[in-house]
Amino acid sequence: MATGTTAAGTAGGVLGDLPPSPAVWCSGLRKRYGRRTAVDDVSFSVGRGEVVGLLGPNGAGKTSVIKMLLGLVRPDAGEVLLLGRPSSDPRSRSAVGYLPELFRYQPWLTASEVLDLHVRLSRADVPAEERRECLALVGLAERTGDRVGGFSKGMQQRLGLAVALVARPELVVLDEPTSALDPLGRVDVRDIVLSLRARGVAVLLNSHLIGEVERVCDRVVILDRGRVAASGTLTELLGQHEVRLRLGEVGPQVEERLRATGTLTRSGDWFTVALAAEDDGVTVPDLVRDLVGLGVHVHAVEPVRISLEERLLAVLRHEEAAP
Amino acid sequence: MIVLTIAGLTLREAARRKVVWALLALTVVLLALSGWGFSRLIGLDTELGTLTSGEARLVASLLINLIMFGFSLIAAIGTAFLAGPTLAGEVESGQALAVLARPVRRSSVLLGKWLGLLTFGCGYVALAGLAQLLVVRGVVGYWPPSPAAGLALLAAETIVLLTLALLLSSAISPMASGIVAVGLFGATWVAGVVGGIGGALGNEGVERVGSVSRVLLPTDGLWRGAMNAFQDPVALVQMGPEGGFPFLADAPLSPAYLAWAVLWVAVVLGLTALSFQRRDI
Repeated sequence: MATGTTAAGTAGGVLGDLPPSPAVWCSGLRKRYGRRTAVDDVSFSVGRGEVVGLLGPNGAGKTSVIKMLLGLVRPDAGEVLLLGRPSSDPRSRSAVGYLPELFRYQPWLTASEVLDLHVRLSRADVPAEERRECLALVGLAERTGDRVGGFSKGMQQRLGLAVALVARPELVVLDEPTSALDPLGRVDVRDIVLSLRARGVAVLLNSHLIGEVERVCDRVVILDRGRVAASGTLTELLGQHEVRLRLGEVGPQVEERLRATGTLTRSGDWFTVALAAEDDGVTVPDLVRDLVGLGVHVHAVEPVRISLEERLLAVLRHEEAAP
Repeated sequence: MIVLTIAGLTLREAARRKVVWALLALTVVLLALSGWGFSRLIGLDTELGTLTSGEARLVASLLINLIMFGFSLIAAIGTAFLAGPTLAGEVESGQALAVLARPVRRSSVLLGKWLGLLTFGCGYVALAGLAQLLVVRGVVGYWPPSPAAGLALLAAETIVLLTLALLLSSAISPMASGIVAVGLFGATWVAGVVGGIGGALGNEGVERVGSVSRVLLPTDGLWRGAMNAFQDPVALVQMGPEGGFPFLADAPLSPAYLAWAVLWVAVVLGLTALSFQRRDI
């Protein structure tokens, strides 16, 4: 949570001589659809040039949060600032590119006409050559003059990506950008996100592909049942790690020594011990020394790094406290 | 700027979706058929003897209203079914997401759509109506007393209906909005005819049905004004002012009614903007 620094950033936008306000800042977002609460007290921020992943199971409220950020859905409570302006002001979206989860573009226009339309709507001054490059970047260079109605779903999603990128955005919001893409397309999206980050463009990425998020995101916000279940940088979230040991002749005394180190799980003669986030570097050597001292046959010792997927599942199954 | 961009987009959609071509083909067929029908009027053998050219002109002035009603119906149904998908349909399909996430006010998008539909509907009514008037003049030599006012009122009727269809499509599904708009248009016309019959029978209660419906939805009132502009004044004298004939109007529109129609459109458009502004996309 970077609320403190965010508030300072917002003031900075006003004062001019301080660092610019974050690309996204939202606080206390709430939304109910009838009796169902879709989003409940969600606050987070995306810094300039930062890539933030929004993760969570189906129905966690990720798309609702994104739509509230973009002024498409009215929050019941809460505040949103996009690039320093409140989201009720349409100008807050001047430098925002958006690929919706439900990507549909005028089927009776050609791909380049769709881009022309969005350049005009965002009042940007983008030369025709740059628009063509944008279509080429997403792999539609050969189809610029074809009607969108004849496009496959994957091509429409590629077009949506071009639409999100065409008006020189400072913030790009991608809602499930690879849902209709083949593996090559997924790699393209990853490269595009990385190149956006390199150019200082902030990205808010909602994706089910945890591997992708882990590769490209600086920070992750995990939503569950409309609430922020966990958030932080990847190092913060994945800092916790484990050690796996293959042991022979384990008695109660040995198990007790293992439990003293951390939470223990056993599968046959494999024992997994969760280690504290701040490892002093001696926990594992001390443990092995004590085990040998207790007369245990130590066959293998393997460090295990927790993947984002495991961390996400643990948070969602409430197996551990959120940081 | 945004308003004009969206208006242009709406017109381009009508053209690309071949709405324009379908209407053009339909209109050419209608014009040809009506031209042939009118040519048969002169020298037509009736029970009262052969129609003279004067009588034919009189009948033509009645028929022209009937055909114009057909055009207004085409324009009304056409724009109502274009207006429905334009808001509700784009929201349902997700097309609205990418557009409304741009730095645009929803009211500008709505106004652009309205302007585009208005240009389309009014353009159609004006061109098809004028072509019909020219066909009648060429065939039987009848030219209405105030054709421009008549066509303008037909166009105004189209504007009223498309504004209503837009309001409905901001709240209900695209298909339902088209059906309800056209249904209300038909109901108001029938109420107008019922009111006319009430007037002919001297029944004030029944006559009020027409007056009230004309205030609630100004399509029928504007249509009556258009008929009055197209018809031969002689026809009214012959048929009697209280005849209750559905294709004759006994009086031109009052400026107060026109002002009410303008206010009605403004209020309904404002309500649509409000409803669209609050809608979750």
